[in-house]
Amino acid sequence: MKNNAAKINSTYREALKQGLREALQNDERVFLMGEDVGRYGGAFAVSKDLLQEFGEERIMDVPLSESGFVGAGIGAALAGMKPIVEVMTVNFSLLAMDQIVNNAATLLHMSGGQLNVPIVIRMGCGIGKQLAAQHSHSWEPFYAHIPGLIVLSVGTHEDARGMLLTALKSPDPVLIFEYTSMLNSEREIAADAGAVDISKAKVLKEGKDISIITYGTGVYKCLEAAAELATIGIDTEVLDLRVLRPLDEETFLASVAKTHRVLIVEDAWRSVSISSEISSRIMEKAFYELDAPVQRLCGVEVPIPYPLHLEDAAIPQKNDIVNAVKKMMSHD
Amino acid sequence: MIEFQMPSLGADMEAGTLIEWRKKPGDAVKRGDIIAEVETQKGLIEIEVFDEGIIGELLIKEGTKVPVGTVMALINPTETTLETRKETISEKPTVKIQPTEEKIVEKATAEKFEERHIKVSPLAKRIATENNIDLSQIQGTGEDGSITKDDVEKAISQKAKIEKKEEKSLPKNLAIRSAIAAAMSKSNTDIPHYYLEKRIDITKALAWLREANSKRPIQKRLLPAALLIKAVAKSLIDFPELNAIWDNEVQIKKEINIGFVVSLRGGGVIIPAIHKASEKSIDEIMEALNDMIPRARAMKLRSSDLSDSTITITSLGEGGADVVFGVIYPPQVAIIGFGGSSQQPFAENGMLGIRTVFTVTLAGDHRATDGLIGSDFLVTLNKQLQNPEAL
Repeated sequence: MKNNAAKINSTYREALKQGLREALQNDERVFLMGEDVGRYGGAFAVSKDLLQEFGEERIMDVPLSESGFVGAGIGAALAGMKPIVEVMTVNFSLLAMDQIVNNAATLLHMSGGQLNVPIVIRMGCGIGKQLAAQHSHSWEPFYAHIPGLIVLSVGTHEDARGMLLTALKSPDPVLIFEYTSMLNSEREIAADAGAVDISKAKVLKEGKDISIITYGTGVYKCLEAAAELATIGIDTEVLDLRVLRPLDEETFLASVAKTHRVLIVEDAWRSVSISSEISSRIMEKAFYELDAPVQRLCGVEVPIPYPLHLEDAAIPQKNDIVNAVKKMMSHD
Repeated sequence: MIEFQMPSLGADMEAGTLIEWRKKPGDAVKRGDIIAEVETQKGLIEIEVFDEGIIGELLIKEGTKVPVGTVMALINPTETTLETRKETISEKPTVKIQPTEEKIVEKATAEKFEERHIKVSPLAKRIATENNIDLSQIQGTGEDGSITKDDVEKAISQKAKIEKKEEKSLPKNLAIRSAIAAAMSKSNTDIPHYYLEKRIDITKALAWLREANSKRPIQKRLLPAALLIKAVAKSLIDFPELNAIWDNEVQIKKEINIGFVVSLRGGGVIIPAIHKASEKSIDEIMEALNDMIPRARAMKLRSSDLSDSTITITSLGEGGADVVFGVIYPPQVAIIGFGGSSQQPFAENGMLGIRTVFTVTLAGDHRATDGLIGSDFLVTLNKQLQNPEAL
């Protein structure tokens, strides 16, 4: 920790943008392609003004064909470029599934180790903007299922600023999940924030009573819940998974060994999710550390509804987390 | 709900420390089952339950010292208990002996209950195993009553406390010494004793015993003590005033429960009771002695062994002192002493012969009875011993 370093306030959007700019400045092979990323400045204004700064060759608008431009990005990666492909939202990535799963994830294997695919695919995602069922998917568990991919979830401003830079160094395809509901949120980050590790989960708040394991939009919610729980004497540890594939077992198992109680929080639907995977790994590898059954707070298993109050009710909120922890600790 | 209380194991006992529950909530219990172990001055005593039912709740934690009469557990009576109770009341004499088959069936059910899965967190289970903690003795505070790490850690610290206490507490024989001191001081302070003695010819009784034993396998042989206890019990039927306790007035006891003084090797005495001795045959009394004396010497008595005795016998055995004048064990009102027997010149019907003779004494509580009753009792006892075959 650089305690003495200067801090600046930054929105999540600005952090993403500065990360992009730094990546484009650092390496000439890096370029951004995606729907409306150039003239429009990006559907979420993440790449605003970058076209003017880096030119058409490096900030590339593409037709509305996810399968086509993700495939083009894979081709560019195979040819030695460092493409950043923006899929406007994860909902549309279903159209590019074949490119991602059958090409990006498998070519290294199919070529007998000859062909790396150093592509980075950024996807806007998350729930909470009243975009209704078809535009509110949490596909992190889908992609985390696939060997050959590295899947990152940007739960904090530091990671918004730094994950892309490190992802571009990876010889293998990296998927970055960026949460659109967090774009306008402002936080303090180090003025010189930059590349961050993309192999480890991170304990954001240490505690001794219970571990909350989460990622994405769950991170700040859990930290807020932890602050509230602290006022009633429950010392919560909050762990941001950050890397959904490959999972950093070592970090979360160490946390389990410390607190012996676990709550996993995620927006994705409960069945066959990140939380179900974490839960079974804890059962397999830390069973004798558990003092209570692992509990989960997940998205309600319905198409995400449009009305705000129902949308809120469909995913874990701060109060849900506080109540779940209280219930788990009430027997002490 | 039946309340299970800390039993009194003698008038000198005011409190006991619960060392271990042998049963847990949900366990089926029946009369005579050991429910707990309690540390008293007389050592570690196994406490029996006198009701049939399912343990509802254990109210006292292990390691706690509670006064006599404290409710320690709640037992839910089973329906059969209520029925059996009714039967017991209406046909008391006939239900005394239960068929053994029935007992075996009951035992099997009880064991089935004990095999129930204990809900315990994996961590708590691991810690318990590492620390030799019996999970069946822990009441869980977790979800659905599951045992958590905290519960096990509490049990560990409790165990450590008990062990520490045990180290600190007086060595066993000193504890017993102080119990005897308290009871005997109270006796000598409160009870105005009168003393009677009678020389009794037991030649016939011993001859009868030899004769009886010659037909028996070694394990079934009778000791003179069994015969003497039987004779005392039978004589007491006619002297209920002696089979009583003093609690501001004489309270005559229906059952004749004879306390029998057993000397301990490390010093001190302990007085297990032979319940309903007047209803038992000599063989049954012998069985009771065979069962109790080794356990008494090993300090492994049960609560029922130590409770409810209504009169005490102290016997010096052969080769010892000729006469023993007992000190009454309060709140009883009499103690009978048998001196050592020896061959002596004995005049009877104008003839002098050599007979085996011993001196029987009676110390009585003068508040409860007078010397005449005691004297008549000794005369009756003599008559009983002259007709051993009738005992």
